[in-house]
Amino acid sequence: MAGLIIALASGTVFGAGLALSQMANPAKVLAFLDVAGNWDPSLALVMGGAIAVTLVAFRPTLKRARPLVAARFFVPALKEIDARLVGGSALFGAGWGLIGLCPGPAFASLAFGMRESLVFIAAMVAGAALARLLPRKPLPEDAYAA
Amino acid sequence: MENFTPYSALAGGVLIGLAASVLLIANGRIAGISGVMGGLLAPAKGEVAWRVLFLAGLVAGALLYRWTAGDPYAIRFDASWPMIVAGGLLVGFGTRVGGGCTSGHGVCGMGRLSPRSLVATCVFMATGGLTVFDVRHLAAG
Repeated sequence: MAGLIIALASGTVFGAGLALSQMANPAKVLAFLDVAGNWDPSLALVMGGAIAVTLVAFRPTLKRARPLVAARFFVPALKEIDARLVGGSALFGAGWGLIGLCPGPAFASLAFGMRESLVFIAAMVAGAALARLLPRKPLPEDAYAA
Repeated sequence: MENFTPYSALAGGVLIGLAASVLLIANGRIAGISGVMGGLLAPAKGEVAWRVLFLAGLVAGALLYRWTAGDPYAIRFDASWPMIVAGGLLVGFGTRVGGGCTSGHGVCGMGRLSPRSLVATCVFMATGGLTVFDVRHLAAG
């Protein structure tokens, strides 16, 4: 139960952060990626602010034997920099650059009530389902893949 | 530099970082939304509720912001329906193959100094920028 409340609370704070920073606005994100146009560096500060916190919090957290509520950490076990990582990221970036939305902001943008958000999310789900058709790398028994 | 909003950007980023940190220290989970969503596709037991609640929280948090801040901005899409579908497909497919997105690799992965995430982030930032450059500055009309 505590874990469920945490999930809801974390998502809510995350969503508020996305809205406050305007990352839920595709136009704002595209303005950052548009380095040759009217460049808006805001996204860099969003990332910077977020990573400043996670850099401080994550390492000591991951040194713990276990989380506060859950029984274990679910951290990705993959270590290699391989074609899937690079290729997948390249494709993701292309889709991101087409619209200016990535998964988190896509969900947060639902709060603004536009049909485009729903269509984008549906397409995201379809794309993710397609990815499951690719052969998977074998992982050690207790390993976790994101 | 147009429309640069440094303070709300930083503040929003800090909120995102805090949210991710709480999810990790309490639930042991990485706040990578492509993964949170992806885990719903063929969920194992006990994997559904927390993911649904987290995603619902994303919407709720954004709604809360709109209500408390007096709805300061509207969002704008600048794409045709085929582009929206294509973009969504690429994001959905690419994030699963690449194992993360701006939150998973960018915020969380870099926060734990993962070399994979650093590479992933550089790559998607680059292709994101190249795509926008192509669409806005190269493609005719």
